[in-house]
This record gives sequence, C-alpha cells and structure tokens, in this order.
Amino acid sequence: MATEFRLPALGENIKAGDLIKIMVSAGDSVTEDQPVLELETDKATIEVPSPVSGKVKEVFVKDGDKIKVGQLIFVVDGEGERNGGKRAEAAQSAVAVPSAKPEPTPAAAVPPAPASAVPAPVSAAVRMPEPSPVPGPVPAAPSVRRIAREMGVDISLVPGTGPAGRISADDVKRYSEESARAPASAALAPAVLPDFSRWGAIDRQPMTQIRRKTAERMAQAWANVPQVTQHDRADITRLEEIRKQYGARAEKAGGKLTVTAIAVKVAAAALKVFPQFAASIDMARSEIVHKKYVHIGVAVDTDRGLLVPVIRDVDRKNIMEISSELSRLAEKARSKKLSLEEMEGGVFTITNLGGIGGTYFSPIVNFPEVAILGMSRSRIEPVYASGQLEPRLMLPLSLSYDHRLIDGADAVRFLRWVAEALEQPFLLSLEG
Amino acid sequence: MSDETQLAVIGGGPGGYAAAFLAADLGMKVALVDPEANPGGVCLYRGCIPSKALLHVAKLIEESRQAANWGVKFSDPKIDVEKLRGWKEGVVTKLTGGLGQLAKQRSVRYLRGTASFVNSNTVSVKTASGEEKLEFRHAILATGSRPATIPGVPAGNGNVLDSTSALELASVPKTMLVVGGGYIGLELGTVYAALGSKVSVVEMTDGLIPGCDRDLVAVLAKRLEKIFDSIMLKTKVVEMKETDKGLRVKFEGEGGPQNAQTYEKVLIAVGRKPNSDVPGLENTRVITNSRGFIQVNAQRQTADSSIYAIGDVAGEPMLAHKASHEGRTAVEAASGRNVAFEPRAIPAVIFTDPEIAWAGLTETEARGQNRPIHVAKFPWGASGRALTLDRTDGLTKLIIDPETEQVLGMGIVGAGAGELIAEGVLAIEMAALASDLELTIHPHPTLSETVMQAAEVFSGTATDFYRPRRK
Repeated sequence: MATEFRLPALGENIKAGDLIKIMVSAGDSVTEDQPVLELETDKATIEVPSPVSGKVKEVFVKDGDKIKVGQLIFVVDGEGERNGGKRAEAAQSAVAVPSAKPEPTPAAAVPPAPASAVPAPVSAAVRMPEPSPVPGPVPAAPSVRRIAREMGVDISLVPGTGPAGRISADDVKRYSEESARAPASAALAPAVLPDFSRWGAIDRQPMTQIRRKTAERMAQAWANVPQVTQHDRADITRLEEIRKQYGARAEKAGGKLTVTAIAVKVAAAALKVFPQFAASIDMARSEIVHKKYVHIGVAVDTDRGLLVPVIRDVDRKNIMEISSELSRLAEKARSKKLSLEEMEGGVFTITNLGGIGGTYFSPIVNFPEVAILGMSRSRIEPVYASGQLEPRLMLPLSLSYDHRLIDGADAVRFLRWVAEALEQPFLLSLEG
Repeated sequence: MSDETQLAVIGGGPGGYAAAFLAADLGMKVALVDPEANPGGVCLYRGCIPSKALLHVAKLIEESRQAANWGVKFSDPKIDVEKLRGWKEGVVTKLTGGLGQLAKQRSVRYLRGTASFVNSNTVSVKTASGEEKLEFRHAILATGSRPATIPGVPAGNGNVLDSTSALELASVPKTMLVVGGGYIGLELGTVYAALGSKVSVVEMTDGLIPGCDRDLVAVLAKRLEKIFDSIMLKTKVVEMKETDKGLRVKFEGEGGPQNAQTYEKVLIAVGRKPNSDVPGLENTRVITNSRGFIQVNAQRQTADSSIYAIGDVAGEPMLAHKASHEGRTAVEAASGRNVAFEPRAIPAVIFTDPEIAWAGLTETEARGQNRPIHVAKFPWGASGRALTLDRTDGLTKLIIDPETEQVLGMGIVGAGAGELIAEGVLAIEMAALASDLELTIHPHPTLSETVMQAAEVFSGTATDFYRPRRK
C-alpha cells in the first residue's frame, strides 16, 4: 500500500517555504518522526519529520524548490502507518500544561498543527517535554505568588530561572514588563509598518505619555469590550432657558452652568435607576461588580491630549456644586495639575464634543466601565408637535455600552430616560 | 453611614479574632461577636489549648515511668485532679484574658452575645443588656464547629462525654470507651490512660487515623497498644444502654468482643460538624453545601459578596491555623487587596505520644492520584538524638517529585513531630528541592537533623544510614 506524504500545515500564516534540503531519496527507508526535509519559511527554518514509516518509492521535490502546504513530497511503500493524530494531540497538550514550561519559545517555534486533514506532526526544532500526568504546584514561594497576584500576573505562565524552574520575584517582574511591552494578544501586536520614507520625507516624534496611555487604553477597551452605540435626541429648548436664567448664579459660585454639568447630574440619577450601567464585569471570577458609589468621569480636551477627571459622589452633589467642581477639574487638567487619583474610580463617563461640532459619534467605552455617554452639538430643528412644526433645540446623544453586560433594550431605556430628564428638568427632583 | 461598622466578625475563635485584629490594624472599624466572655473559641476554651495542657501532663507521667529503664525510679504519681483541672483552667483564662486585652487595645468592639442576620448588611446581636442592630459593610462568618454525635446514644447521660466535657476533667473513670479512632479520640484517650483509666478505642475503619499514611500510624499504634486496654478496628457500636455501673455497649465487627461490655464513661469522638446553622442566614445569599459547609471562593467570599466565611464552617481541614490564615485573607480581600487563600501545605499534627505530623502531599494521596513520587524515609533508630531520648520510635519521610526533585510533602512520627513539621511546610511553600534540605546545615544532635538525613537518603548519601544509591 502506497502512502503519500504531503507538506503538512506548519502553523498559522505559513503557507509555503523554500526547500533547503530533502533528506531522503527513493529507496531509503524512513521511520515515523525521522526528519525528512529542511524548510525555510519567512518565519524560521524548520525540520519536518515523516509522519509515516516505510520505504520511499518516489520523491517529487528537489532542493531549492518552493513548496506549498499540501504539496506532494514523496510516496512511501509499505505499512505507511500514520500516527499523526495522536502525536499532534500530545504536542498540543504539552503546550497547554503550563507547568511543562518549555523554554521561552524561540522564533523558530511552530505552533502545533491543528488536528486537521493533514495529520502530520510538526517541527522538530522545538522539543516539547512530555506532560506529566498531574501538574505539580508552581514552584514559587508564597511571597512571590502574592506579588504575582497583586501585579495581575498568572504565575503559572512565568518562566522560572531558579533550580527546577523555581520562580523568583524578579522573574515575575521581568515577565510582567515583557508582557507589557509585547501585548499578549496577537490582535494587539503592533502591525508592521511600511517604510514611509520611500514615498517622501518623514519625521518621527516620540509619543507623549498621555498619547501612549490613551492608545493603550483605547486598544484595551476595543479588544475587550464588544460595544454597541445607541443614538437618541433630547429636546433641550426648555433646559436651555433655565440654563441661561441661572448661568449668572453659577458663575458667582465659581462654576459654569454647562449642559455637560447638567448631564453629569442627569447621568447620576439615571445610574440609580439603571445600576447595571455603573457596574463592571469580572470574567475571571464570573461575577458582576456593582458599585455603591457614583463617581462620574468627564472627558476634557487639553493641548496634550484627552484626560478624564472624575467627579466623586455626584449623587450627593447639586448641579451648582458639580458645575464649580467640573470647572476646577477641567482647569487643573489643562494646567497639568490633575493628580492620578483625580482620574481614578469612575463608574461612568461623559464626553461632550458639542463645543466643536458634529452630530452623532461612537464613543469608546472607558474600560472597565460599561457605558459612556457622548454628546454632540445641539441645533435648532423643526419638530412636529401639537399639530404644527416648531423650532426646537435638539441635543444629539450617543450611548456606547458593553454588550456583554447590557442588553440593547436596556440601553434604549437608559438613553430615553436621560433624554426625558433633559427635556423635563423637573424629573430630576421627582425621580432622580 | 459614617459610624457604620466596616467589618462584623461573627465568632471569636482563632479565625475570627485573627481576622478582627488584622482588620483593626488596617484601620477598619470592627465588631467581634462571640458568646464567651473573651475571644478564644473552641480552640482556646474547649480544644487545642486545654487538651495540650493535659497531654503535657500525660507525657510527664509516662516519662516518669519510663525513667526506670534509665535507672531512675519514681514512686507512682499521686494525681490531684482538682489541682490539675485548676492549672488547665488557669492556662485557658490567661490566654483568653490576654486576647480580650488585645481586642481592647485595638479598639475592636467586643460584643458578648449571639448574632442573627437581618439581611446582607445587618446583624442583630443579642447581648445580656438587650438586642442591637449592627449594620456592616462586610461580615466574616467564623462560627466554627461542634462535636458530631451518633444515633442511639442515651441523651443527657453524664457518663457520655464529648470532647468538651472530656476536657472538663470532672473525674478520672476506671474504664473508658473512646468511640472513634481519629485524632481527638486518641489524644483524649492518651490523657485519660495516663491519669489511670483503662481506655478502649473502637474504630469503624480498618485503621486508626483514617487518611493518614499507614507507616506513620503503625509507629503510633504500636505504642498505643501498650497504653490502651484494647483497640477494636473494623468495629461499630450497635447499642449503648445505661446501667448503674455506667454504660453497657454492644459491638459488631471484627475487632469487638461478642458480649456487651460495661464502661464507666464513653467518649464520643466521631468528628465535628460545621456551625453553619447561623440564625437568619436565609435572609442573605449565603449558600451551604450538602455537607453543611458554607461555600466560599478563593478569597473566602460567600455567594453573598458582603459576607465572607472562614475556618471550620467554611470547609476541611478543620484546623485553627487554617482558620486564622483564612481570616487574614478574607480581611485583605474585603479591604480591596487582590489576595487568595492558596496554601501549598496546611500542616496537621496529632499530639499523641509519639506525635504524628504531616504537610503537603501524602503517600496515600499520591497513590490515589496515580502520581509518580519518590519517598525517602529516615528511621529514627539511626538518629543519635532519638537514642539519647530513648525514643527511637520515629520516622521522618519526604515525598519528592522524581522529575524536579521538589519536596511535595513531609510526614513525621515521633516525639516532637509537631515542632519538626514546620520546616517541611516552609520547604513545600518555598518549592525547595530535596537538595536544599540536604545542603542546609542542621544542628547536631537534634531530631531536626532527621529532615536533612531523609533528604540525604533521597540522594543515596546518608551518613548515618546505609541505602544503595539511586541510579
């Protein structure tokens, strides 16, 4: 019985390679696992073992050939016993068992082949240790385990440098720094950029701290939160009248009675009615964290970038107090005086781009919060009411939310509640 | 809300007071509720501490007899039970009083009374002066456990003892039956035997101390056979009748006599039951499992996120030192720190003579898991220190991972095993290799050397004990 040996799948994104050397010729006998060809891919040079035993009948490739996954390499006469499925499985479980601790995977490592149509084992370049039947405890002292937990590091993934792989506090710190530099998720790995100078002059500037943090936070939120944006409009004609009426009073108190300040109070009231919008989701513990405090963040545009100071205990403050605190925090943000504590602990965020313009947009949820309210520029629109068209001041609202925790219907209800509270300011004292 | 209690601890045993004290040290406003006059719980009032005081006396009596072998003869001891009881109680009073002082110094509000839950953030505490509602941000349930009973035991008979009444030491009976061959029965049996009672032990399974490695138990059993009147294994008590002379007990099983026997006192020591029947617990979201333990996560948080549970009520092993560590973990978790209760080893000690102690993986467990291990044993017959004490009835063994040579477990039987096991616990927690123990200089001549010597046995180079080298 003749068995064909075709180039197996060698890992993600490896579709072909240059054959450096074919190690067998017609008439040779091969045994299973014997390396039979050396292949250079754009990732690494790897040895590919034979999945079968028997006598090679005919070889269909020669050194220097470019060969593709699935291409026929040789045909073996004889038993042609394939044991690939089982092997691939063993290789996979070796990867899955953290205590097996392979050396920090070099670039040459090839992920195990998926148990697919091509049941061949892969790469002799990395030898996977046999998994032990019961994984032993991670070799690390209690103090080191505690440090890892506090740093948010899964200690079972940390390569230990001590005897028998014992993990030191330094190992944990090194691992944490390395994984911070190279984000674990492939999706977050920086994309390789082309050489822009090929098309003209360029200038490279280091990112500011704020820009880098913003980039990280946004990427983290984007990667972790399946988000949806819900839009609505609020008729703030009446609110605007009140705002103008009491504006001077607020200014005397040291604040500015803005729509944002009012929206902060409205949001606090809405969060009391819809507490899940102030929650967080803890996937690791399969729990939902409900916060019994109402701290709300407000995005502030500064010449250094976006900052989000947080107003504490909004539910216990009136709009006047919120106005003056918001003015103070925004000023601090612009003059670089905002402390880290003043940007922590928010349960919900508001971002108002209306000062600049625009209609609707999709704000990104400020992870680990689960919802963010975006406000755009209000404008007078004709609204059909009481049998006639009336000029009304309409405020566009955009609510982005974490769909893992919040269902669409609830999002609509929440945003409607916010819109109605803005339309009828009295609702705040009634229900809020 | 400003004068709200941040942490209410229900139960003042070693778990509860450790938790309350740490919370106070971290700046929390703490209330500690317990029915006793001072913190201490079962451990101090009716468990670890009084039993160890009595076992110390038992050991002295035994040694005074053994001294005859060394040419020192004492006349038979005269035992003043009242004075002995007074001394034991003095120890308890001193310790619990000290804890009361510590609670005061830390401004922990100690409420002598019982608590019932109103909801997830309120308990109602009944004290001698009335009832008080206590609102809390977090609560820790540390209500402990109580002796389990068996059916068919005459109720309210003063001759039927449990660990609590046995420790009261009302009298020293001529004959005593201990039902249950676990650590409580053997420890208390040892005390009464030393004080002069004829003690018999009846155990349902085929060996004493179920779950413990047999080679360790064998050394203890040999000695217990001498001090106890009889040890009946694979035997059950099927009937117990009150008579004027005490209790007439019928047995069934391989080790028991055909005819009913009469004992002046019977001690029931068949284990302990968690005190999870806390009043009002149904007003919270706390969940109890089928064995009566309160379900907790790695932070010891119950299904109700404001309530934690620690110690005996939260699961096996029911040991004071496990409770206190859990208590500290729960407090740190409640204060917002990212911590977990994740010990590699919780040591267990049986304070008989000789003592048995173990930590981490046991041979029995490894066999059950089909896990390859290497066991290195150092018999105390080869220890100079054991010979000078005339106590060569001992064994130190290490359970070692054959692949990494990491120490996974330690088991010791012998005089003072309870003190020696601490080194094993540290070795396991630190992920020490057998060679670490071997290369660490131990003082000579001490029993602690046997730990190093067991590691030498592993590498096949023990100075004091010949065993061919491993390949």
